[in-house]
Amino acid sequence: MIAPLFFYLFALMTVVSGLMVILARNPVHSVLFLILSFFNSAGLFVLLGAEFLAMLLVVVYVGAVAVLFLFVVMMLDINIDEMRQGFRQHLPLGLVVGLILIVELLMVFTQDLSTDNVLATNMSGEISNTAMIGQVLYTEYLLNFQVAGLILLVAMIGAITLTMRHREGVKRQNISEQNSRTRDETVQIVSVDSHVAPKVLDDSRAANKRLQ
Amino acid sequence: MDLLNLQPAIAEIFLALASLGLVLLSAFIMPQEYASKLVRRLTIFSFLIAIFLIIYNGYKPAYAFNGQFFTSSFMVYMKVIILLGAIGILMMAKREFKQDQIDRPELPLLMLLSVLGMMLMVSANDIILLYMGLELQSLPLYVIAAIRRESLRSSEAGLKYFLLGALSSGLLLYGASLLYGFTGHTSYDGIKIALESNVSAGAVIGMVFLISGIAFKISAAPFHMWTPDVYEGSPTIVTAFFAVVPKLAAMTLFLRFTYGVLADASDSWQQIVMIIAVLSMLVGAGGAIMQTDIKRLMAYSSIAHMGYALVGIAAASDMGIGAVMLYMAIYVISSIGVFAIILSIKQEGRPLTRIEDLSGFSRSHPVYALAMMVLMFSMAGIPPMGGFFGKWYVFSAAVASGHVILAIIGVLASVIGAFYYIRIIKVMYVDEQVIEIDHNVPRSNMMIAFGSALIMAFFLFGLSILREQITAAIPFVVFVAG
Amino acid sequence: MSSYLMEYLPIVVFLAIAIGLSAAFVIGSVIVGAQRPDPEKLSAYECGFEAFDDSRSRFDIRFYLVAILFIIFDLEVAFLFPWAVSLGGIGAFGFWSMFVFLVVLTVGFIYEWKKGALDWD
Repeated sequence: MIAPLFFYLFALMTVVSGLMVILARNPVHSVLFLILSFFNSAGLFVLLGAEFLAMLLVVVYVGAVAVLFLFVVMMLDINIDEMRQGFRQHLPLGLVVGLILIVELLMVFTQDLSTDNVLATNMSGEISNTAMIGQVLYTEYLLNFQVAGLILLVAMIGAITLTMRHREGVKRQNISEQNSRTRDETVQIVSVDSHVAPKVLDDSRAANKRLQ
Repeated sequence: MDLLNLQPAIAEIFLALASLGLVLLSAFIMPQEYASKLVRRLTIFSFLIAIFLIIYNGYKPAYAFNGQFFTSSFMVYMKVIILLGAIGILMMAKREFKQDQIDRPELPLLMLLSVLGMMLMVSANDIILLYMGLELQSLPLYVIAAIRRESLRSSEAGLKYFLLGALSSGLLLYGASLLYGFTGHTSYDGIKIALESNVSAGAVIGMVFLISGIAFKISAAPFHMWTPDVYEGSPTIVTAFFAVVPKLAAMTLFLRFTYGVLADASDSWQQIVMIIAVLSMLVGAGGAIMQTDIKRLMAYSSIAHMGYALVGIAAASDMGIGAVMLYMAIYVISSIGVFAIILSIKQEGRPLTRIEDLSGFSRSHPVYALAMMVLMFSMAGIPPMGGFFGKWYVFSAAVASGHVILAIIGVLASVIGAFYYIRIIKVMYVDEQVIEIDHNVPRSNMMIAFGSALIMAFFLFGLSILREQITAAIPFVVFVAG
Repeated sequence: MSSYLMEYLPIVVFLAIAIGLSAAFVIGSVIVGAQRPDPEKLSAYECGFEAFDDSRSRFDIRFYLVAILFIIFDLEVAFLFPWAVSLGGIGAFGFWSMFVFLVVLTVGFIYEWKKGALDWD
């Protein structure tokens, strides 16, 4: 009884905040609405019994991706008015495409949802959702899992390739170089040219001889 | 245990290990120029080993990784062409890499990872693995499109490619999820069996989304808008890669999905594929006429070629599949040849990409101009060049399946297309020379250009061998056990 | 089904109290407090200065690089959770499968380190 109520709450909030992402005038507000819609989708996942996905949505999307979005939006020099130009111009096309999608979905859900083709989530309650994923992800879906690792590797390489540059003329500490220096490279003995020098030199030579 | 039967996927595993090794190499070997040279060579070498491993593994249908990975003679054929295409591009890359900003080990490395993704796409027997392969394929492509990061155009190309590519991946994923929801399976075999008994509206819509997503990847109209800009903005060697290799993988996917998985829903997809094919042929032929930049022209040309290949898929028959396989092989060989020549046209090391820069090419580089002429004739589909046979088989497959109008539109489009291919020949042979083009062409480019021109010119003699391979491979586009 | 959702009851109660309290404070202060706005009160306060210019300005791209690298490792960690929960069930195979995954990402990490992406110069 209460679960459907929460479903409608989360679903409504997701849709409304999704709309606000597009409609908000301030891009920072858009990102905040995006975060709200992530939270509500997480709520929907919880209602479906997909706890792990819900938490992942919060950890990854809210915790990292949305923060990066906020970062980009706040730190870029974006002219907000310029960004909104062309909105009206492209509105009809967008509406048509959206309408087609809605009609399609209505077609799907009015025709076929009653059949037993649609899978139900297995919620036996004996084993947690996270463990259920764990039991197949690393064995049955081994290849997908490893490919995911490779995709993350590509992301790393790509990010570094595209954004990293070394500045010229930056003085950096190189510890191994520091430690591997020998006395010969660093200490230089110079005979100082001054009128006292010859005598001092003679004295030290005499002292050296005595020590030997 | 089935999971540990890695034998069928040995080439992919090898490439994954090789890519890890090369990541380390490119991090540790310090002068970047040296590292990029080394990584490029080793990438070519690992592709060669991969080809060897694939062929050594044989053509026998085999599953691996719990049935998610499937290999057969069809996959062997496609993978070998993909790898050969990638090798060809990398061979030509030697001098290109020396240019500023792209002389970095990451470029061949990302190409290697992308090719690995393509091979997984080809062999995927499960929509989850298909999606993972697709992402592994496209992510490096976005990066290498923008690899010349000081250049605004290159960055723009990367960004455009990324946004539209992400959109198409989203479409594909949405379609895949609908397909899963309404059939209850993620494996191709399971979906195919489920569709045999009942094709629900949800599955059809999922299929439409999926086809649209793949159409984006092969840049078929009406999902082609990104192609000219991306081709123009990326460094030419990257454009060559885009034009050749990913198309093959995406087309294989198209084949396996339409002809294989969705075979029993062919009434639903045939019309869509036909519309896409007709639009692509017309857009490709019409759009290319006005172009002045040869890279943009190649973009439209590739759109048109995808349209012709889709005609074969729309035929929905064994003959059509064979025709597509032949067409793609011809497309790859002739495209590599054309790009080898485009990459050779330089003025004091600066690349030239306008068509008019080619004027007088026949006087300054007579042999090259001859090779270019052969390739252009082949692309236009003039007998006895290779391109003619590709088109011939595709159109005759369409006629055999009763789609005469489709074939007629295709022929008309190739007549329009012939106009701009022949215009290039005219510019080379008739127009007065304006720009002095460099004479020191790298040997690898020369070999590839002449090689592909020779293959196209004498294609008739190799046709039977290739047809034999293709005929043997057709039954194994999908393989449903039991 | 309901027993599973019952586990979330404390969170719902907690959220209800949090939202209720914060709403009560905001609305309460609006109702009870004296509201006498004037232009000076409403203007931006920045250590006594007027704001010099827009707070949006271009930042160094390295901030984004660090953020992106963080996300990648965040995702890697996300894969560890179900593994940790189900390691008993999946045994040695699952262990080595995760090991390979971590090796791949460690290779990436070494690459990052050697390339100096983690340096801030």
